[in-house]
Amino acid sequence: MFPRPIEKASKGVNISYRIALVASIVLWLLPLLAVMATSVRSLGDINEGNYWGWPSEWMLIENYTQVFTSTPMAQYLMNSLIITLPAVAGAVALSTLAGYALAKYQFKANIWIFATFIAGNFVPFQILMIPVRDLTISFGLYDTHWAIIFFHIAFQSGFCTLFMRNFIVGLPTELIESARVEGVSEFKIFFHIVLPLVRPATAALAVLVFTFIWNDFFWALVLVQSDEVRPVTAGLSALQGQWLASWQLISAGAVVAALPPVILFFTMQRHFIAGLTLGATKG
Amino acid sequence: MAQSSPQIGLPDSRPSTRRKWRPTVIAPWLFLAPAMIVFFVYVIYPVFDSIWLSFFDWDGLGDKTWIGLDNYRELFDSDTFWKAFSNNLLWLVLFMLAPPCGLAIALFLNQQVAGIRAVKALFFFPFVISQVVVGLVFSWFYDPNFGLLNEAIVFFGGDPIAILADEKLVTYGIIAAGLWPQIAYCMILYLTGLNNLNGEQIEAAQLDNAKGWKMLWYIVIPQLSPATFIAIVVTVIGALRSFDLVATMTAGGPWGSSTVLAYMMYEEAIFNYRMGYGAAVAVVLFLIMDIYIAYFLWRMVKSEK
Repeated sequence: MFPRPIEKASKGVNISYRIALVASIVLWLLPLLAVMATSVRSLGDINEGNYWGWPSEWMLIENYTQVFTSTPMAQYLMNSLIITLPAVAGAVALSTLAGYALAKYQFKANIWIFATFIAGNFVPFQILMIPVRDLTISFGLYDTHWAIIFFHIAFQSGFCTLFMRNFIVGLPTELIESARVEGVSEFKIFFHIVLPLVRPATAALAVLVFTFIWNDFFWALVLVQSDEVRPVTAGLSALQGQWLASWQLISAGAVVAALPPVILFFTMQRHFIAGLTLGATKG
Repeated sequence: MAQSSPQIGLPDSRPSTRRKWRPTVIAPWLFLAPAMIVFFVYVIYPVFDSIWLSFFDWDGLGDKTWIGLDNYRELFDSDTFWKAFSNNLLWLVLFMLAPPCGLAIALFLNQQVAGIRAVKALFFFPFVISQVVVGLVFSWFYDPNFGLLNEAIVFFGGDPIAILADEKLVTYGIIAAGLWPQIAYCMILYLTGLNNLNGEQIEAAQLDNAKGWKMLWYIVIPQLSPATFIAIVVTVIGALRSFDLVATMTAGGPWGSSTVLAYMMYEEAIFNYRMGYGAAVAVVLFLIMDIYIAYFLWRMVKSEK
């Protein structure tokens, strides 16, 4: 292990390491803590310039209730869910199929198709913007949830296929081959042998892609415009313009918008990191 | 990436099957079809369509007029473009701080004391939240009237600075905000890498009296090279994708001084209705990104073969 385990060092070093840990985490999260502190203040405090002193009154419940009652935040959150869940399911489903094909069948175009999925995944959004917007309009989907859902399914299937393919490559092939010798059809092999084996990977992938899609801002700006369909990222940005002086509300809104991926991350931490670091350990 | 070992178009025991119709030939295409179709419609085709559009004058509604390279000529004469381009370079250069900073934090946290898992999770936190929230958080942090940064500057006897309103400082301010989640990402990559170090090599080096910096430089960092590669790739992509923060923190201002190609493109197309010109900006950004995509693919294809 590198660096050397700190337990082996002197007591003084051990204590100062622990103090340094706490201090560094406070420093690292300082900008965020500032926002959280603002979100429990009263408007009076803010008008008087009391941003960093002890709040004259705690408005935790009032401010967070007001975010939901006087802004469309609840609607935005709902929209984000309506968009994110089917998009994640779609992208994971399509890419599990595609990843299996690329991992366990050999044919000439294989590596080139794989390379295309990877390359497409790195492309800047702006080069897709005008055509995707036009396509969406001509499909009659502009300013609907489906506009964003379809785009995310398609775009994320690049990254997801890369992910699933690399996971499935590592699975043993003997099972598949012996089933094939028995005369089991290719589809049955996929559904009854491969699918149960890839379940842990789909969980990791789903958690990761959920955060990507939930946090998307660009396509939420480009493909929808009304409050009825706008997800929480674009919604928050719009609120920022409207509620300019009500910092306590904006900050409470920001905390609310950030919460779902954060909760998901803390509950599914292992999956999340496994997904993110796939490929970081083997060349 | 691991080698895909086994032969799948296996030797068939039934000689009567004609090769063409063997299920192992058809099935992969059926499995691939849905993903390939949507990916083609929403990613591959739009790339080429955008390139094509960049040769037209088009307001998004009326007729398109072929103007050849005029969009590009105008672009290369435009101050805004060069401002955006040089800001993009600045993003690229400064973002390269993320991998070493991430490594430093990973080394700092790679211990097994009580509660370390929670500390690692909290360090990773900025990557999980939306860039819109990050932008908001930092707008606060920088606010000249009550931002925490200025409170600190004043506390130490300096004068408050309005970073986001200062043409010279604004891009640095946004990049610092962008580095926050990016460092977190690199840190997690390196933590995983450090977890998978080859213990024998480390011990052997310890016997040879290697420690500290020498150990880090000659033994540990070479072993971390897969993590470094991924960290650099995602950092370059992150730097060139810098749209969300610019849009939420400054909208390119003051006076276009913090704009980047990604934001300039959006502005031209959505606010100024100049689709062809916007497409030309996107093509330039795409070409810059292509250098990295090509390098990544070259490395990948090489390791697969």
